[in-house]
Amino acid sequence: MTAFNIPFPRPHPLMALTPQDIGRIAHLARLELSPAESERMLTQLNGFFSIVDRMQAVDTSGIAPLPHPIAAIQSVQLRLADDVASEANQREANQQSAPAVERGLYLVPKVIE
Amino acid sequence: MNNTDLHHLGVAQLAALLRGKQVSAVEAAQHFLARARAHQNLGAFLAIDEDVTLAQARAQDEAIAAGRAAPLAGLPIAHKDVFVTRDFPTTASSRMLAGYRSPFDATVVTRLAEAGCVTLGKLSCDEFAMGASNENAAVAPVGFDAPQPARNPWNLAHVPGGSSGGSAAAVAARLVPAATGTDTGGSIRQPASFCGITGIKPTYGRASRYGMIAFASSLDQAGPMARSAEDCALLLSQICGPDPERDSTSLDHPGEDFTRSLQDSIAGLRIGVPAEFFSDGLQADVRATVESALQEYEKLGARLVPISLPRTELSVPVYYILAPAEASSNLSRFDGVRYGHRAAAYTDLLDMYKKTRAEGFGDEVKRRIMIGTYVLSEGYYDAYYLQAQIIRRMIADDFQAAFQQCDLIAGPVAPTVAPQLGAQTDPVTSYLADIYTLPASLAGLPGMSVPAGFGAGGLPVGLQLIGNYFQEGRLLNAAHRLQQATDFHLQAPRGI
Repeated sequence: MTAFNIPFPRPHPLMALTPQDIGRIAHLARLELSPAESERMLTQLNGFFSIVDRMQAVDTSGIAPLPHPIAAIQSVQLRLADDVASEANQREANQQSAPAVERGLYLVPKVIE
Repeated sequence: MNNTDLHHLGVAQLAALLRGKQVSAVEAAQHFLARARAHQNLGAFLAIDEDVTLAQARAQDEAIAAGRAAPLAGLPIAHKDVFVTRDFPTTASSRMLAGYRSPFDATVVTRLAEAGCVTLGKLSCDEFAMGASNENAAVAPVGFDAPQPARNPWNLAHVPGGSSGGSAAAVAARLVPAATGTDTGGSIRQPASFCGITGIKPTYGRASRYGMIAFASSLDQAGPMARSAEDCALLLSQICGPDPERDSTSLDHPGEDFTRSLQDSIAGLRIGVPAEFFSDGLQADVRATVESALQEYEKLGARLVPISLPRTELSVPVYYILAPAEASSNLSRFDGVRYGHRAAAYTDLLDMYKKTRAEGFGDEVKRRIMIGTYVLSEGYYDAYYLQAQIIRRMIADDFQAAFQQCDLIAGPVAPTVAPQLGAQTDPVTSYLADIYTLPASLAGLPGMSVPAGFGAGGLPVGLQLIGNYFQEGRLLNAAHRLQQATDFHLQAPRGI
């Protein structure tokens, strides 16, 4: 929980990750990591970002990002669905694989005291 | 027809026998189910349900008897376990989805069922399709008590590749005539290469992603894996087509009968050979096999054209930023509330999320969620995610420049033949081995693997063919022509 309260450090993106970074990212990702896992993760992520650094040297000025690959050759417009109910209510079918359900509601730990 | 040989038939031949009532759908289903059981040491299947399969087969027999036979009526098929299915459990090979049952079928599953296919079961893969060896599978296959990777039928000590490793192993071992796979960064092409079968990933947006458990939504595509290009053409014709109501990135591009162009001449076809695909990392056995396939194309009248894809190396960091970024977002839905695993003990809601996800996800999935969360986090987005999306366009533009000089592109699928199980321990090293499949994935281009011969240890080597957008027909045509002149796709592993 401690990582939650630490203000985000903002080093240069190319600086190696620290154990504190791993704690912060794991919190954002909602993943509990054991100390041994965190240590391994730190080594592996820093290994990974060493191959990413070559990306930074590329001159990308004036080039637009490519979110949908087909946009490389033609304009792609994401469709908007009409704002109408199109699906039948399948609550029971949708909840059949839920870990905890009561009277059609998903049960979670108490969030309001 | 001797029913004991059914598994040596291709899709086209088997479909003809079924429609001609020389073999019933029930007989075919029983034959392949028996094979799946007899070869369960391969670890290819995660779920089999004889009753469901035979009920589907009986329905196809009735349709055939009534003169309502669909094009692939009674053809047995199995699906990679990332396609959700109503009739079988769906796990994506993850503990997170143990016991999950989808209330609906993926569009690809529906389309193949409407074409008459009978589902034999679900096939193993790397967890959430993240991996290149099937070793990240976290669910016990049929016949096993503990999670196991699927094995390569050519040598059980070697991996089948991944992530669609169970699909490739099952097709290579003739447990199914064909299977579905998905390809995000090479997950159809690389296992097809490692197992000596044919597999094709269509243009991004041609196959619906509805009901395909999402890994990286701007890259994921479904495709068929079978023994020959002809078989893949038959299946791909059923798989492709717009799905505007269900998939917002599905292209409004009509379906196509890909078998029509199979026999076209390839005289004068210009095949681009990118220098960057033959760099130092390419192993000598793979290089020699790929070069001999290229020479075969020259004999068939095609012309080899040297080309350059200058940003090939950059595709590795670009892909491994973009795919984990999208994965971290997609996998945030696994929260232990709506479906799947939930930790047994926790203190509060946040703790439940964290423990549930810690228990439910395997190491590779966690690594990618961590990378993705980091590169999307405040202060880092521009340096990583945005920079990667921009270089992605440059990579796509490089292909368009190359296609000015050639009709399709050919090269290796992977730098090596299938490694031994357990040989790859460093994640970054295994990411680097995806170098030849990632460029086409990032550009959204169709790509395939075609059996080209055998390398070290007698293990299969695939030739990768990459086409321009919507050129699946031309790819399958070129692959079919090669398969008419060679017999690599007909060879079976020992004991099969």
